[in-house]
Amino acid sequence: MTLKAILAGAASLLALSAVARAETLTIATVNNGDMVRMQGLTEDFTSKNPDIQLEWVTLEENVLRERVTTDIATQGGQYDVLTIGNYEVPIWAKQGWLLPLDKLGDDYDADDLLPSIRGGLTVDGKLYAAPFYGESAMIMYRTDLFEKAGLKMPESPTWEFIGDAARKITDRSADINGICLRGKAGWGENMAFVTALANSFGGRWFDEKWQPQFDQPEWKDALQFYVDLMKDAGPAGASSNGFNENLTLFQQGKCGMWIDATVAASFVSDPKNSTVADKVGFAIFPTKEGVDNHGNWLWSWNLAVPASSKKADAAQKFIGWATSKAYTDLVASKEGWANVPPGTRTSLYNNDEYKKVAAFAEPTLKAMQAADITKPSVKPVPYTGGQFVAIPEFQALGTTVGQLFSAVVAGQSSVDDALTAAQSTATREMTRAGYIK
Amino acid sequence: MARAVSTKTKIGWTVVVWAVALVIFFPILYTIITSFKTEQEAIQGFSLIPSGTVENYVTVQTQRDYFKPFMNSVIISVGSTLLGVIIAVPAAWAMAFSPTRRTKDILMWMLSTKMMPAAAVLVPIYLIFLRAGLLDSRIGVTIMLMLVNLPIIVWMLYTYFREIPGEILEASRMDGASLWNELVYVLTPMAIPGIASTLLLNIILAWNEAFWTIQLTTTNAAPLTAFIATFSSPQGLFWAKLSAASTLAIAPILIMGWFSQKQLVRGLTFGAVK
Repeated sequence: MTLKAILAGAASLLALSAVARAETLTIATVNNGDMVRMQGLTEDFTSKNPDIQLEWVTLEENVLRERVTTDIATQGGQYDVLTIGNYEVPIWAKQGWLLPLDKLGDDYDADDLLPSIRGGLTVDGKLYAAPFYGESAMIMYRTDLFEKAGLKMPESPTWEFIGDAARKITDRSADINGICLRGKAGWGENMAFVTALANSFGGRWFDEKWQPQFDQPEWKDALQFYVDLMKDAGPAGASSNGFNENLTLFQQGKCGMWIDATVAASFVSDPKNSTVADKVGFAIFPTKEGVDNHGNWLWSWNLAVPASSKKADAAQKFIGWATSKAYTDLVASKEGWANVPPGTRTSLYNNDEYKKVAAFAEPTLKAMQAADITKPSVKPVPYTGGQFVAIPEFQALGTTVGQLFSAVVAGQSSVDDALTAAQSTATREMTRAGYIK
Repeated sequence: MARAVSTKTKIGWTVVVWAVALVIFFPILYTIITSFKTEQEAIQGFSLIPSGTVENYVTVQTQRDYFKPFMNSVIISVGSTLLGVIIAVPAAWAMAFSPTRRTKDILMWMLSTKMMPAAAVLVPIYLIFLRAGLLDSRIGVTIMLMLVNLPIIVWMLYTYFREIPGEILEASRMDGASLWNELVYVLTPMAIPGIASTLLLNIILAWNEAFWTIQLTTTNAAPLTAFIATFSSPQGLFWAKLSAASTLAIAPILIMGWFSQKQLVRGLTFGAVK
């Protein structure tokens, strides 16, 4: 055998062993624009880490949650990286389902993460998930309609002002609704908005002893205000409108105002999809006169490693890449600054280039900084979470209450009846779950 | 002799049947139409005229590989059905030709397993699959779907077999046919239309099964149901892309159903008229 052949053989053996050593990470994720974009950019990661290959499993949010919980609870080990919301992170971390992230790389700069976001992902001083993108809620409004009605959005609007303005702008003959708000039942749909609304009215879900508070005047005021407003100034069929429906209405110029997730800001300002792109103004989530609370809406999609993963180190390496500053720069260089995932790092909001292309950068940052999920209400609470309550029971309870409230918006029930029913359901569920002794 | 039917009645019935068929088919038709719309058109309200863009199909293709889940769907649906029929033929044969006092009860019991919500047994099955190393494997999903559809297969075959006169089987036995020969050379050829429609119907059922196929797979064995799920999203615009993905996923089975509809109808009505 010639030397050449031996060398060639040795080289191919080496190559083979390299392939054999390659680890495959299975990443479970949701289908949203930022996640899809990341999947297109992973070559940057795999070229730097040739020994790691990536497989993606994309599922709808609820299916993903169901799938992943089954796998974690049975120690199935089918996934190495999970995409989960900040609702799950503290719950799952306490259950011992997630691994703490301590190997994200030396240049990760965890201190650059927005404190409000980081706080929601930290349990007992340890970071259990890294934020991929984050959002709060704010008012998006039509500057042209405000001008026409002789209105000026104040620095920190009150609900009273919002109510008056919405009724003034409403012009049913021109198909313009003063305000579009979520009405579709679901803990992540109408209850996200209604809970933030109740927070800003001084309400809370539970008192320190986990007693539900739907029988308190704050809830009654908040719900009555919301229902009246939807009746006077909301779009037809508001009880079945969620994020997507309202987004469409706003983009088609049918809403004077829309109070929803900050991530929508880039969608309504995108001239390709929005007919009102150059006429949108932003303002902080309203508060009730005399109550210093702007709803405390805070959501982030995060990457975490399940305790059942057998490739935890490689998984952390990937998370370190996907949530790093370098990744932000990568997206900016390939797809422009307007497309970088927002709401996770302070440095992004200090970046002049980002501020130049994103008029919504400043108000978004303000909204996120104002949100504090450790203190959602002005009154003391035993839970964390802003537009949700971070307990495992909330998904089911929130959706049940959401259905009651959605029925009021649809005109099938009254505010009082809905609150009474919500109070008794919540009391029953919380007693059953052992919170109320 | 057939009853004379007036032309008027014939036209009347034709219109009614077409109307009903259109109502039933409409969701699929609208999905196909929506897949040729832009995302903006898709959510702008009801319209039957798309702008005819194929952009969604291109996006769906570039975002996800269609071929692998397609092959998985074929293997899983055909495999589970064939496996099910192989097991069900002897079972249905025994029940149809040598019934005992308990046969009816056993049949009812088999059917009753279909009444249990699948989610109730998810965790035990998941654990079994995990221990057996069957998670995310085609073999695992094939076995699962076979088990899910087995009651239906047995029931269908049982109904068809009952239409075959037992005397013919007896005659073959008199002529010295072994059990194997009786099953393969006498019973099966006579039940071919029934078996064919059972095969077709169960392939369709297995193709569309969207609980176990999503719960028990991740990447390797994920069929087209998981492919569709990929394009569902709570935030952002996705209806047109989701429709394109759905159209791609149902196209093969729709085409198969179209070509085999004669077989399907004959099999399904087999034994309906005595």
